[in-house]
Amino acid sequence: MPLFGNEDVKAAVADRTPDGSTEPRRSSMSAFLDSDIFHSFLRSKVTVAAALGTAILFLLALLAPWISPHDPFDLASLSIMDARVPPVWMEYADPRFILGTDDQGRDLLSGIFYGMRISLIVGFCSVIAAAVLGISLGLVAGYMGGRVDAVIMRIADIQLTFPAILIALLVDGAARGIFGGIDREVFSFWILIFSLALSFWVQYARTVRGSTMVEKNKEYVQAARVIGIPSVIIMVRHILPNVTGPVLVIATINLALAIVTEATLSFLGVGMPPTQPSLGTLISIGNDFLYSGEWWIAIFPGVALAMLVLNVNLLGDWLRDALNPKLR
Amino acid sequence: MKKFNLGLASAILAAGLSTSAAQAETLKFAFQGALNQLDPYSLNETFTLSALGNVYEGLTRRNENLEIEPSLAESWEVVEPNRWRFHLRKGVKFHNGNDFTAEDVAFSVERLHGEGSDLAKRVGAEVKVEIVDDHTVDFVLPGPNPILHYEWDTWYIMDKEWTEANNAVAITSASDTTPNHAALNANGTGPFKLVSHEPGVKTVYEKYDGWWDEAKHNLDGVEFTPISSDATRVAALLSGELDMVYPIPVQDVKRVNDNAGTKAMTGPELRTIFLGMDQMRDELLYSDVKGKNPFKDVRVRKAFYQAIDIEGIKRKIMRDLSTPSAIMISPFLFSKSGDFERLPYDPDAAKALLAEAGYGDGFSVGMDCPNDRYVNDEAICQAVASMLARIGVKVDLNAQPKAKYFAKVLASAGYDTSFYLLGWTPGSFDSWNILDNLIQCRDETGKGGAFNLGGYCSAEVDALADKILVENDPDKRDALIAEAYTLSNNDVAHIPLHQQGLAWGVAEGVELAQRADNQFHFRFVTKN
Amino acid sequence: MFGFAIRRLLQAMIVMLVVALLAFTLFRFVGDPVNQMVGIETSIEEREALRERLGLNDPIPVQFFRFVTDAARFDFGTSYQFRQPVSDLFAKRIPATLELSFMSALFALVVGIPMGIYAGLNRESALSKLFLSVSLVGISLPTFFIGILLIFLFSVTLQWLPSFGRGEVVEVGSWWTTGFLTISGLKALVLPSITLGLYQMTLIMRLIRAEMLEVIRTDYIKFARARGLPDRIVHFRHALKNTMVPVITITGLQLGSIIAFATITETVFQWPGMGLMFLQAVQNVDIPIMAAYLLLTAFLFVAINFIVDILYFVIDPRLRIGRA
Repeated sequence: MPLFGNEDVKAAVADRTPDGSTEPRRSSMSAFLDSDIFHSFLRSKVTVAAALGTAILFLLALLAPWISPHDPFDLASLSIMDARVPPVWMEYADPRFILGTDDQGRDLLSGIFYGMRISLIVGFCSVIAAAVLGISLGLVAGYMGGRVDAVIMRIADIQLTFPAILIALLVDGAARGIFGGIDREVFSFWILIFSLALSFWVQYARTVRGSTMVEKNKEYVQAARVIGIPSVIIMVRHILPNVTGPVLVIATINLALAIVTEATLSFLGVGMPPTQPSLGTLISIGNDFLYSGEWWIAIFPGVALAMLVLNVNLLGDWLRDALNPKLR
Repeated sequence: MKKFNLGLASAILAAGLSTSAAQAETLKFAFQGALNQLDPYSLNETFTLSALGNVYEGLTRRNENLEIEPSLAESWEVVEPNRWRFHLRKGVKFHNGNDFTAEDVAFSVERLHGEGSDLAKRVGAEVKVEIVDDHTVDFVLPGPNPILHYEWDTWYIMDKEWTEANNAVAITSASDTTPNHAALNANGTGPFKLVSHEPGVKTVYEKYDGWWDEAKHNLDGVEFTPISSDATRVAALLSGELDMVYPIPVQDVKRVNDNAGTKAMTGPELRTIFLGMDQMRDELLYSDVKGKNPFKDVRVRKAFYQAIDIEGIKRKIMRDLSTPSAIMISPFLFSKSGDFERLPYDPDAAKALLAEAGYGDGFSVGMDCPNDRYVNDEAICQAVASMLARIGVKVDLNAQPKAKYFAKVLASAGYDTSFYLLGWTPGSFDSWNILDNLIQCRDETGKGGAFNLGGYCSAEVDALADKILVENDPDKRDALIAEAYTLSNNDVAHIPLHQQGLAWGVAEGVELAQRADNQFHFRFVTKN
Repeated sequence: MFGFAIRRLLQAMIVMLVVALLAFTLFRFVGDPVNQMVGIETSIEEREALRERLGLNDPIPVQFFRFVTDAARFDFGTSYQFRQPVSDLFAKRIPATLELSFMSALFALVVGIPMGIYAGLNRESALSKLFLSVSLVGISLPTFFIGILLIFLFSVTLQWLPSFGRGEVVEVGSWWTTGFLTISGLKALVLPSITLGLYQMTLIMRLIRAEMLEVIRTDYIKFARARGLPDRIVHFRHALKNTMVPVITITGLQLGSIIAFATITETVFQWPGMGLMFLQAVQNVDIPIMAAYLLLTAFLFVAINFIVDILYFVIDPRLRIGRA
């Protein structure tokens, strides 16, 4: 999956021209509460539907342990003889398994709830990690300028040459080499977070750096500096609030991208292990059964993944348009 | 690939036409792996040897049923217990027109023993070669060996003159800075000539008109493409783009059969899939049991064995394309295999055994498993994990690509595993290979049974193996082998699972022989 | 200008060196190359001898120095699997990847730009909503899944297009092979190009839409309208022109990432390019190929970045003051 989000590219363009598209934005937390935004939110039926859809899916994922008919992680409850049972409306179905079972006899509906939960946990953790890393580096680069800026932005360049997929392959291999026998289930999770965070931070850094460069020359920042307020406080208290809007947009779109990238990595064999499957792992397992007529093993998780990502993306879209002062 | 003449636009059209005309007698096939290089001595791997076996030939060959037949040697006899005489076929020519003589055989032995050879064991290091005349060669052995020539069907004879002229006497090694001629070109005596070879992309063969044997195939040429993705490979067959693909996933057998114009060929393979347990270390590397090794207790090993529902694996994972096995070798390769029976699947008995051994509450163990080496390897490991969960054993499964898997579990990494799944085909099609590699005692560095990853050790079995090696009487030999298997089975040295099945996809109108060693030879193919 | 270029060039070289170091260091831990080069029955002594011969037992800095000096001479060593010089292998694979990348970029532009313009100009129309939704579905499914579904539909079910490979290729000159000159070659390009280009298409479409939305609200366009210019001229001569700068920049930057991300598409369609070779090299722990591939993509990115930087410097006079 390509690594550039829309925002990233714009930021890449913007940070080369001092006053490009990252012109000062209004403090976005207040913008959020602006009646205009609520208005635009309610006006767009699609957005309301997307928000509703996202909420439902998040809820299903959150409540997975309580609402799932089976516990797909409890290996002792699986029976190989239940493998590849079709959904209930088909022949040879078993009423215990509404959407059928996978090749190990795991209930697909439960698998999807749990898989969604894992996909979302991976997505959120990696987005948070990337945002924290990217914002800090972006602030520092933009605020300090000069050599520090050059070093950080060159590191960003290096990072761009290592897309998430390559990073994951490399980190996975390296970690195995270094740590050897770590609990595989925990291990894969951290590799994913690390690789995704490492490949997404640049977008935040570039955006934040651009805004910071603009903000730091403003009089209030200069004044704060003159009266001796420490740089860290200036950055966090005065500059950071100005960038939360774009960061939120990037984060939303990144969440979607992270979920899709995790699925791709599962296809390449470095995603979540099959004993603890994410939606992507379920799809790549199901892929092997697409031609043999057992389509449900791949298609249902695929639909779940598409719905999840689609809803999140729609929200991100709306957020981007709503927070863009030029469109108002 | 055609040369493009910029001056003649019509050449494009002509190229298009000529290829479509030629396609009629060309067999197009795909395999999951690539044919990386063509040096017949640098990689001991089934597919490489199989693909090269169409171009090169050995002194012997194996027919559809894997029986040994004369090939470049017309006949052979054991003139003294330690001296074998091979009478070479006369009038055989290499693809470049050179004559095949005893010199070439002697040269091939020498090259086989060169540095970097991966097949040196095909002819023991102490074996001396004596040229009697142009078409007679003697092999002088240090001691009797009834199975000397069992693996010679994949020891290919090279042309001395060609190899020397092209500076390819040294075996292709990965540290070479210039490519070795023999890695990119081939000059054998076989039924097909190599036309072009682009590693990992495409290899083209053409019929060799000067072949010594009468051709039973009707092909003019063969085109090989590696396709690693299972789904893409099956799609290429279903869509009619290819005449043959192998392997096809077991779950797609039905689809390929139902599809108009394609059929699936299935049959038993010689490879035995089994589980192994670390019985050597005093404490397992990957387990919550500290200070002792539960696998040292035969009751624990037996409990693991009885917890496995082999019929379930056969039906649901292998889709009946496997033969559950009680011993470590295929029934096709050992006459007395019918005397053995698997321990029954009995989770309750397994639980009782665990409790008896003091693990009533179960324990956890890490399991290593490849995910791209054997048929449904990872799915089998997962199923084993959930079956063991039912007797209270928590398996932490580490399934990884074969490169990483082998790098972890083999001797080179110090046998870094506690519980693993492995498959083995004895290269000689004989039980001694199993005893030698998988069952014999070993030390920490791998001296002895180098692939006995779990380090099972029994002096009695080892003594039997030594006797088996030099026993010339087939009946006595088989009795000794049976005794060795009985002893190691009583100890649950390994948990044999099954012989996996072969599944090849073939387009209608194509007839071929599916050999149980998973080698694909074009000389058995007819296409209408 | 000259000083700026030199500074950037130096930075670029340091970047390349760091990439080389990272790639090299990590590769030391990815599996064991020796196991890949020998069969399963090779003894431990033989394995150790091979390890020694390959220099895998030398201290890491020595191996790295050897690696960098060789790489600078375009000598990436010999592939462990193919026993051929890595540079030769890449030379043979590059045309396949470049043609696929070119076609997918073309697809992304030709389809993405008109859709973006339409959606930008008719923000509320049903059709632009449809475009947006379809494009969102495109980025909501993983590439490999899209590829497999396309194969299932167009190769297996309809049997219109091939499912793998490049079809019949024609040699142009001594170093380039092309699939553009045969029917089968062109047909083979269709599915992989769509699979690979879909994401870029979505990106371009959405970017143009966003830019158009912004531009048509600017005073500049409002004046043009006020002057009574017809919509068509306003839209295409004035508005679109203004959106092209970011689009061109992105296309340039995306070209690099298309080439890098062709790996997955190439794997699904068995496309004989660099990406497929890289993934297979990872599976087979073919360190020379992995190292060369990473350096090559790194070089591509750094080169594009460098060119873009210089271009901006030339185009935008403010930068000269801003960064001098």
